[in-house]
Amino acid sequence: MSVPVLLLLLASLLQAQGTPPPAPLTLVSREGRRPVQTTMAGGQELIALDEVAALFQVAVREDTLAGGLTLTYRGRTAVVSVDRPMASVAGRVVALPSAPVRSGAGRRWLVPVELLPRVLGPIYDARIELRRPSRLLIVGDLRVPRVTARIDAAGPPTRATVEIAPAAPVNVTTEAGRLLLRVDADALDLGLPADGAGLIDQIRPGDQPTTLVVVLDRSAGAARAMPSEAGAVTRVVVEVTPAAVADAPPPAPPPAPAPESAAVPPLLFAPRPVLQTIVIDPGHGGDDRGVRGAGGTEEKQITLEVARRLRALIEARLGVRVVLTRDDDRTVGLDDRTAAANNSKADLFLSLHLNAAPAASVAGAEVFHLRLDQEGDAARRAADTDAVSLPVLGGARRTIDVIRWDLAQARHVDASAVLAGMLEEELRAHVTMGSRPLQEALLRVLTGVNMPAALVEMTYLTNAGEEGRVRSEEFQNAVAQSIFGAVLRFRAHLEALRQP
Amino acid sequence: MTRRRLLQSAAVVLLLALAGWAVSRGLDRLAGGPPADAGSSADPTAPSADVRHITATLFFGSADGQALVGVRREVPLADGVVPQGREILTAQLQSAPEPYVSVIPQGTTLRAFYITDRGDAFIDLSGEVSSAHGGGSSTELLTVYALVHAVTANLPSIRRVQILVDGREVDTLAGHVDLRRPLDPDPSLVRQEP
Repeated sequence: MSVPVLLLLLASLLQAQGTPPPAPLTLVSREGRRPVQTTMAGGQELIALDEVAALFQVAVREDTLAGGLTLTYRGRTAVVSVDRPMASVAGRVVALPSAPVRSGAGRRWLVPVELLPRVLGPIYDARIELRRPSRLLIVGDLRVPRVTARIDAAGPPTRATVEIAPAAPVNVTTEAGRLLLRVDADALDLGLPADGAGLIDQIRPGDQPTTLVVVLDRSAGAARAMPSEAGAVTRVVVEVTPAAVADAPPPAPPPAPAPESAAVPPLLFAPRPVLQTIVIDPGHGGDDRGVRGAGGTEEKQITLEVARRLRALIEARLGVRVVLTRDDDRTVGLDDRTAAANNSKADLFLSLHLNAAPAASVAGAEVFHLRLDQEGDAARRAADTDAVSLPVLGGARRTIDVIRWDLAQARHVDASAVLAGMLEEELRAHVTMGSRPLQEALLRVLTGVNMPAALVEMTYLTNAGEEGRVRSEEFQNAVAQSIFGAVLRFRAHLEALRQP
Repeated sequence: MTRRRLLQSAAVVLLLALAGWAVSRGLDRLAGGPPADAGSSADPTAPSADVRHITATLFFGSADGQALVGVRREVPLADGVVPQGREILTAQLQSAPEPYVSVIPQGTTLRAFYITDRGDAFIDLSGEVSSAHGGGSSTELLTVYALVHAVTANLPSIRRVQILVDGREVDTLAGHVDLRRPLDPDPSLVRQEP
């Protein structure tokens, strides 16, 4: 073999081993976020095929006779050519930027990252979207708006604009030295300026995946943010004015008082978030096993598993405090569950259960909210009319609602009905529903909670087929995802009610 | 005996006959819609020749287990509302006739039945109604309201029913339905069958 050929082979080998790209991709899905390593070779960004197999549960087989790599997912297949930049998906030819290459050791196949949306996407259960500029790989129907920020004028006053497309509700909180923008989305596709200017030191991602922070300079004074929606874009205009200088010359005589309409506070104080604490109640526990399936599956175990999944989902993606009425296998009385919710000053109460029927064929999810009896109805009317106004320090008065502690849910029945309807609709999109999917009933655990509340019967454990399903990760995730979707919708509903 | 006294006696006899007919019709009243006829061949409370019976509506689980169904059964005639209620509930606690399914745990017995001046009835059941219950909101609703409807559908003077277990008030039977107060009937749980 000649020296030039050897050099060529060596160069090819080095090229196949590749160099790392500037940053890994971030896979964003309902289950959370995780980095995905890729490598650069020949100007192309490549990903190891065994990594794809592990991430997406895809079976990969090398077919040497056909000269291709077969990807199989739940009976659906795609074939990637090993010597040409193309693949065959359901009889359709799909172009790729380059053909697969073997890694340096020859044991791994590297494929262009475009294979994920173009080849794997059509045979996969969920949408796969690759946003290379922002290094995002989005799996599933997630809301990931593009968020761009720019500083329009260094000032003072310093003006900046944040644009969110497609439009999404934004909640702005003013904190010491910064503004926190919380976008109602599953994740954000951020395009932020590298540096600040004027009275804005920096615009950077927040601690949560759906937040953005505008960091103010030490000399900044009042900051206000004005969200507005135009077309498919939400625009937040931020204006920061300098702080008053302590040693400034004595002020001029005070001008005539401004008209009342001008007395707008300099800061845009965001009201208390409509959802700060959510209580999840895993039904039964300890000595109380709840329903027991013919195969030995116990309701108390499944309700706890789903509650933990739901808690992780809500905490990670909403940044809301979640309290479980029990986090292990122990007996908790119904009054103690109610007390846990009321003492936490929760904004939402969700009780999780598995159902039973006298006939083994019954299956499907059902959602319950409280139906008031005579006492409950009377308590509700009393709450509306018997509020007590008490004097407090400073000469003001405070209105105290009077309602029986064990009928506290009476004042929330309308909101609970809305919540239950949303739960039913979200569950319907992911799991089988029962014959009476939405019901009103006099359920003990709901009567005393002083917040919107609903009880979800996830399916019937007396159905042998369902007993097998409830133990699966797929079922539990589907239920948790459905309830999370309803929580998001209910939060938007509460925010809409708050608008003047 | 004067003619006036004869007329008074005749009027009393006529009123008593009318009252008897009215009680019989009242016991025959249904909760809603025509109940199914369970037939008499497999009826454990089938009438015997020397005991008078009335037709009452009892409530069992539908064949698919998703609702209550009113079923006409013969139960012994008793003297007074409370004894009649006991007879009806004793029949209600029996196994369901084909093709219906039982929604009250097997082995449950009636300990007591009484009525307050306000028209609320109390059904005191043995502990099996709770300890042998399979759980689940739906089954528990069927259990509770089978009992409530069995009373309110057949005894028109009773409007609400509270369930006790072993002589005591209870929160629930199996962790779901609130039993701390008397319950109104819930027609949404009763399916009309042809």
